[in-house]
Amino acid sequence: MTLSTSDRSPLTGTTGARAGALGFLTDVSLCIGCKACEVACKQWNQLPADSGTGITGLTGFSYDNTVDLGATTWRHVAFVEQAATTVDRTWEAPGAPGSPTAWLMLSDVCKHCVHAGCLEACPTGAIVRTEFDTVVIQQDVCNGCGYCVPACPFGVPQLGDTDRKAHKCTLCYDRLVDGLEPACAKACPTESIRFGPIAELLPRALDRVEQLQERGVAGAHLYGDRAIGGTGGMEGLNALFVLTAPPEVFNLPAAPELPQRKVLPALVSTAIAAVAFILGSGAALRGRR
Amino acid sequence: MPGLGARLGRGGATTPLQDLANSDCVVIMGANMAENHPVGFRFVVQARERGATVIHVDPRFTRTSALSDVHVPLRAGSDMVFLGALINYVLQNRLYFEEYVKRYTNAPVIVGGEFRDTEDLAGLFSGYNPDERRYDPHSWRFAGQESSPALSDDPNQDAQAYNQRVGRTDHPLRTDPSLEDPRCVFQVVKRHFARYTPEMVERLCGVPTALFLSVAEAITKNSGADRTTSFAYAVAWTQHTTGTQMISCCAILQLLLGNIGRPGGGIMALRGHATIQGSTDIPTLYNLLPGYLPMPSTAERHATLASYLDAVRAPTGWWHNAPKYAVSLLKAYYGESAQEANDFAYDLLPKIGGDYSFQPMLLMMKDRALTGLFCMGQNPAVGGQNARLAREALAKLDWLVVRDIVETESATFWRDSPEVRDGSVRPEEIGTEIFVLPAALTPEKDGSYTNTQRLVQWHDKAVEPPGDARSEAWFVVDLARRLKDLYGEETTPAARQLAALSWYYPTDARGEPDLDAVVAEINGYAVADGTLVPGYDALRADGSTACGCWIYSGIMPEPGRNLARQRAGDARAALDWGFAWPANRRVLYNRASARPDGTPWSERKRWVWWDAGEGRWTGHDVPDFPVTKPPDYRPRDGAEGMDAHSGDAPFVMLADGKGQLYAAVGLRDGPLPTHYEPWETPVANRLYPDQERSPTAKLLERPDNPYHRPRDPRFPHVLTTYRLTEHHTAGAMSRFVPWLAELQPEGFAEIDPVLAARLQVSSRDPIVISTLRGEIETNALVTSRLQPLQVDGRPLHQVGLPWHYGFGGIATGAIANDLAALIEDPNSFIHEGKSFTCAVRAGRLDGRGDATQEGEGSP
Repeated sequence: MTLSTSDRSPLTGTTGARAGALGFLTDVSLCIGCKACEVACKQWNQLPADSGTGITGLTGFSYDNTVDLGATTWRHVAFVEQAATTVDRTWEAPGAPGSPTAWLMLSDVCKHCVHAGCLEACPTGAIVRTEFDTVVIQQDVCNGCGYCVPACPFGVPQLGDTDRKAHKCTLCYDRLVDGLEPACAKACPTESIRFGPIAELLPRALDRVEQLQERGVAGAHLYGDRAIGGTGGMEGLNALFVLTAPPEVFNLPAAPELPQRKVLPALVSTAIAAVAFILGSGAALRGRR
Repeated sequence: MPGLGARLGRGGATTPLQDLANSDCVVIMGANMAENHPVGFRFVVQARERGATVIHVDPRFTRTSALSDVHVPLRAGSDMVFLGALINYVLQNRLYFEEYVKRYTNAPVIVGGEFRDTEDLAGLFSGYNPDERRYDPHSWRFAGQESSPALSDDPNQDAQAYNQRVGRTDHPLRTDPSLEDPRCVFQVVKRHFARYTPEMVERLCGVPTALFLSVAEAITKNSGADRTTSFAYAVAWTQHTTGTQMISCCAILQLLLGNIGRPGGGIMALRGHATIQGSTDIPTLYNLLPGYLPMPSTAERHATLASYLDAVRAPTGWWHNAPKYAVSLLKAYYGESAQEANDFAYDLLPKIGGDYSFQPMLLMMKDRALTGLFCMGQNPAVGGQNARLAREALAKLDWLVVRDIVETESATFWRDSPEVRDGSVRPEEIGTEIFVLPAALTPEKDGSYTNTQRLVQWHDKAVEPPGDARSEAWFVVDLARRLKDLYGEETTPAARQLAALSWYYPTDARGEPDLDAVVAEINGYAVADGTLVPGYDALRADGSTACGCWIYSGIMPEPGRNLARQRAGDARAALDWGFAWPANRRVLYNRASARPDGTPWSERKRWVWWDAGEGRWTGHDVPDFPVTKPPDYRPRDGAEGMDAHSGDAPFVMLADGKGQLYAAVGLRDGPLPTHYEPWETPVANRLYPDQERSPTAKLLERPDNPYHRPRDPRFPHVLTTYRLTEHHTAGAMSRFVPWLAELQPEGFAEIDPVLAARLQVSSRDPIVISTLRGEIETNALVTSRLQPLQVDGRPLHQVGLPWHYGFGGIATGAIANDLAALIEDPNSFIHEGKSFTCAVRAGRLDGRGDATQEGEGSP
């Protein structure tokens, strides 16, 4: 994917977020990979360590040992070790030899999509949209069917190993109702994670992208508007990201799509295939005679 | 931190963390700030967002490098070559801050004729005694200095405590204001560093010349009247046999660039862990008393109070006041028992007669010279250098008290250590009686932290500790009471000491002492009526005041008003947030933020200045200077104390008030920093071939603590130990916590892809790392963040080893310190954990797996 194409998209910087929506802005260029967000999240939400999921030892994947978002990991810091040539540096002495590597860190989280696949797929109404425009799963209603799991283009909700109910980030709903910011944003020492109204975070993110590009970070771009990340029927994400490398580098899909949008085309193509099969087999049988 | 003390006057960071945001260039060297000081690192991020250049000089590309503009990979242990070359670059290209250097440093002072430099004596300074591996510093004196420098003649005494004698004179020092006299400090320094060239950096550090020059340009371009560069370092500078001199070398560079005492400048001494600054201010060290007063020794010089006070009282400079602080301390310790008639009970104060720092203590335990140990908040079974020896030492004790929040390896070594598991030690052979006492966590007790920038911050108890867990204060107060009772009837010296101890702390229903009483004692009070003193200016040497730590005086100016509780921040000095010693000053030596005439060097770097109308120093900070002393003040002949300092002498603690580019006293290994190789090194010292390693490093070599010889082909790689964000020191606070344990669940060693290919290992494959002290098996973590370096024409591999892991808790791993050696920097007695040599092979300790032995000598 070339970012310059997306930058020209008329959808760049637009979101369908409802008025008053609250969310995150996570800036990869400020993340030091300290994982304070992961720990603060687990502590506030009283989530157990991941050892139940089979990851009990060193993964060998850089400094990432929690691997992915899941039922017990609602913030996850990805570590990407890269050759320096693919990343822009702002070192001012031209011709100076660069560092041998670059190391990108990004704290991933539930996107609280404007149109959320998990919510649309949930047959019991356990997944609701809150007054903050965030998406929350109610475990006391959830029947553990797991439909939300494949419905999320980002792989966020997962079924818990012990209760078999779906779990994911609540954007600290219990803190928001008391006027507190989410635990992860509170713990972040470098303001890589910001919390606030999307109406404020989106322009801030655009300014930041422009600032980074002016400094020579050509790959800086916004992830989560209707041009990149919030595509495919989601109409934007309530968790925005400022990235300095293509989304795939961080295991984020560049143009995710709601799986629900594939239902009608799938139905039609199945119907066409069925008709073709009937006609074809009929013709074949007739031909045998 | 004798390195900073000898050159600047105080052994502490010169600047608050917040001030890093004002820097135009931040050099992080000998530190991994983003990983180990992540909260403070926010101010580096802020500086960078404001346009500052951030440079990280480190063997590894770390999370700090990831947020820096440039990463300079260099060989661990070669830092002095790099710093020396920066100094040489600054001097050769005349890029120093001329007016600052001439007026605020001792650059113009003439060095005495007896002094011989390492340039003259092939890597040694004059006065070396090879039999004792010590210097006699008399020949380092300044010209015309009649009295000898009063460096402790006791090698066990803390050198730092004698910094106050720097430049002691009987009459003004001879100077050459033009800096042209060949024996003036400026010229001596210039000659000394002349051999530290960019080519030598490339050869010994493995840093390409162009990269070195770009760093030198960035630093010099961002220093001067209108711009400032700051340095941040941590234990990766201290943990060398030459660690003190690395830090002192940085101080020389920052003095030459005019970056000390100014906003956005300074040297940020990042401390190893929480309140480690506090633990030297009110020391857990054996050779210091609170407030950096020297611990009396058994030497004749300290036989009586009068002779001790004479030794600590400097004729000129702030330490002229030392007797006030020493006598007030004795009054705080011994109360009614300390009277003028009995020399304030000075005879009761313990006197030291040997090196009782941590490493020799381990040997004393192993040799049964020490038979009991209180182990509070420390885990020597994992954290001790040569950790197997440390565990063997613990196993020789009669009794061991481990007070901690979990059952650490120091409490379980007898049943669970690697040597017990492999059958070479049997638990029934260990006679140590171990008492494990549960400790309260920080939120379960009141107390304070003195953080890396000398800032005391109070914390309140949030919840009661569970079960029998109690605070340290509870334990210590109760222990002393029981000891006083136990020894009450005796008349031995120990019993007299205990009986005389003033121990009045009121306790609550749970037995927890009232910490306001402790803070009040630290602050100081009038003995007659208990009135709290407003600050250390009110302390007296006549026994009328008592003070537990003079540098903290002023922390509680009125009963119940603990300034460490203040929490009002602002964008400047944040004077209403906590309390910073001394006297709530934030940027130390801030007189230097103004020109000699008292006006700011520039509008942009305005901080403290002379208000001629009011006749006083004023500004954003508390002036670190006599507040009404005018800039043009000149001392009369024979003036004493602060009266002997002129109005342009910002370094108030030092005898002449000037930054010491050349330190005639205060450092045991020489008046100027010199590059010596680490004690174990694969590289030849091309700067001083005749004196490759520190002539004064304190060696503790014996059969159970052997050293590798230089360039030992059996141990071809450089090993460096370090910490990770996810864990804390020896792991008691992190490896036992599931949320932290899962983030870095197992021990590992980082190796570069070239070495990995040669060993035929990938990440998570087992490797064995060995030294003459021991062998450990751990996981390989192959990463291009480590790169082989070209050093002295040969490729050099560095192995990175986090040292948190042990056999207890959830996150476990081999003990890195089993590989390390006991050895000491001569000034600080700190070991050399950041650079020693090792061998690496693929496979497992027991020989299983595909063990690919490295061919010796193959590149």
